[in-house]
Amino acid sequence: MGPISSAYSRLYGAKGWAALGAAAVVLFLVFPLLNLVAPASSPFHVSAYWVTLIGKIMCYAIVAVAMDLIWGYAGILSLGHGLFFALGGYAFGMYLMRQIGADGQYRVNMPDFMVFLDWKEFPWQWWNSDQFWWAMLLVVLVPGLLAFVFGYFAFRSRVKGVYFSIITQALTYAAMLLFFRNATGFGGNNGFTDFKRILGIPITTPEARMALFAITAAVLIGTLLLGRFIVTSKFGRVLAAIRDAEQRVMFCGYNTAHYKLFVWTLSAVLCGIAGALYVPQVGIINPSEMSPANSIEIAIWVAVGGRGTLVGAIVGAGIVNGAKSFLTQAFPEVWLYFLGLLFILVTLFLPQGVVGVLGQIRDKLRVRKLARTQPAKAL
Amino acid sequence: MSAMVHAGVGTGESSPGRIATRGLDTTHGTVLYLDDISVSFDGFKALNKLSLNIDVGELRCVIGPNGAGKTTMMDVITGKTRPDAGTAFFGQTIDLTRLTEAEIAQAGVGRKFQKPTIFEHHTVFENLELSMKADKRVRKTLFASLSSEERDRIAAMLARIGLAGDADRIAGLLSHGEKQWLEIGMLLMQEPQLLLLDEPVAGMSDEETAKTAELFLSLAGRHSLVVVEHDMAFIEKIARKVTVLHEGTVIAEGPMAQVQKDARVVEVYLGR
Repeated sequence: MGPISSAYSRLYGAKGWAALGAAAVVLFLVFPLLNLVAPASSPFHVSAYWVTLIGKIMCYAIVAVAMDLIWGYAGILSLGHGLFFALGGYAFGMYLMRQIGADGQYRVNMPDFMVFLDWKEFPWQWWNSDQFWWAMLLVVLVPGLLAFVFGYFAFRSRVKGVYFSIITQALTYAAMLLFFRNATGFGGNNGFTDFKRILGIPITTPEARMALFAITAAVLIGTLLLGRFIVTSKFGRVLAAIRDAEQRVMFCGYNTAHYKLFVWTLSAVLCGIAGALYVPQVGIINPSEMSPANSIEIAIWVAVGGRGTLVGAIVGAGIVNGAKSFLTQAFPEVWLYFLGLLFILVTLFLPQGVVGVLGQIRDKLRVRKLARTQPAKAL
Repeated sequence: MSAMVHAGVGTGESSPGRIATRGLDTTHGTVLYLDDISVSFDGFKALNKLSLNIDVGELRCVIGPNGAGKTTMMDVITGKTRPDAGTAFFGQTIDLTRLTEAEIAQAGVGRKFQKPTIFEHHTVFENLELSMKADKRVRKTLFASLSSEERDRIAAMLARIGLAGDADRIAGLLSHGEKQWLEIGMLLMQEPQLLLLDEPVAGMSDEETAKTAELFLSLAGRHSLVVVEHDMAFIEKIARKVTVLHEGTVIAEGPMAQVQKDARVVEVYLGR
């Protein structure tokens, strides 16, 4: 085995790669064909509704994987990850607003809310915001820098556990209040909406939607593989050791603050990218994305799917958001009760989440099979 | 490098100065120098002008009743607690009061906790891998892979601590005595100059205790050891020089037989 093939086998076994390949075929081939080629009358046709819904859930899944990296592996529970997601969304949203050009309500080459507020020129935050590359840079840098600075002080001061969680919660709440203000320059409580183009290409066409869908799928798969690379490395084993016995890790000679800071910042950047993919697909970003409840929901996705598995985070994001989009339409008033109940049930009966339970069932079946074929060994 | 040269020429001291102390300046044959260390918590003096010298290659036992300050002393040496006053030097040049826990560990001080502290969810092999002396910065660890020489070193350590058949077992499933040995193995993988061992034989069977005594005696000379223990039989087996702590300060120091006769020691500790 060469170094490259051994790196492959380190990330996933043959079955894992096969499952990933199958997922890629569905996302990059089957889905586009059923949406773009199959006629709308065909029972196999996939409507724009589903493309948007699954695209949106994939964005959430990226956030969930980022959350699992810090919570499931490093044991740091962030209740403010919605902030990094929203910042990525706003960073790209500025560019989308500039792409509207003079097609807004007021037919001026300026976002509607600025005209409404009677602003004559762009505030400093909007500098260069009509440049795509600059938007890409901000998507990564804004959440990344905020997480780095926040993490630097928090981890250096050894803020841990529930204290850390509460501070992150306060951080996202404070940011939400800031973004609600019109004077902050990001559209106040209405945020950004009414997007028309990316790179001059209209975004409402089926082809453009499908392109965004495919990019999101690619980023999700890339995030999963990057996560696997990290958790299967020695770095990943150090992270898990920090979760279980941080002091021992320090006395082994590791500067644990650096380890936490790295994975924390990376996690925030991944959330920012997810937010940037989310905004053009959903068509709106406003400060409610920074509400404390949103960030708590992210933790619930990961808990439901199974902490410390990465793939469980994706499963959890899918289950909870699938249920959410069904229930908020069918029985809008029960959604929050359902979410609360789900969290309680998972905490009480499935502490390892859905993926953890599946793993336990598989192990039991294996033992039973072994017991049938080699009774002595199984004992 | 110059430390090695100095060690030979320096004061003309015999063997201790020449023992492998790579990168550590031990010109005067002292590996650990504590002077006038005081630590207080909310007015309570945990350490009160404590002074202690450990020579290179020495095996020192520290005893004392509960609350004498043994663990606080280890906390000061390993950077967990900052002293209010006093100096703490590792070798001639490393000021322990200015370094973080990780830096002190990197410099060559290994510590075993009172309660065995291992990585319960990792395998026995991984426990040794993580503690092995290496470049422990983030970037290096992300792309680290074990060389065959490193694998051999881990395998040799597994054999040495009697866990050769348990490499792939989850460490949390080991017995209490096995965990103690694994932690000692983890310390040795760090290749420390100075080992601090807090109650290393607590919860061990007689046979395990005897084996541990043997191990420590074989380590002395190549490493310097400070052992805190309550088990007097164990101390008598390994002790050459004993330090007795009481109320945060040293009240007696010397060979076991001499310390046992000391009137104050009898009063505060052995007599009870």
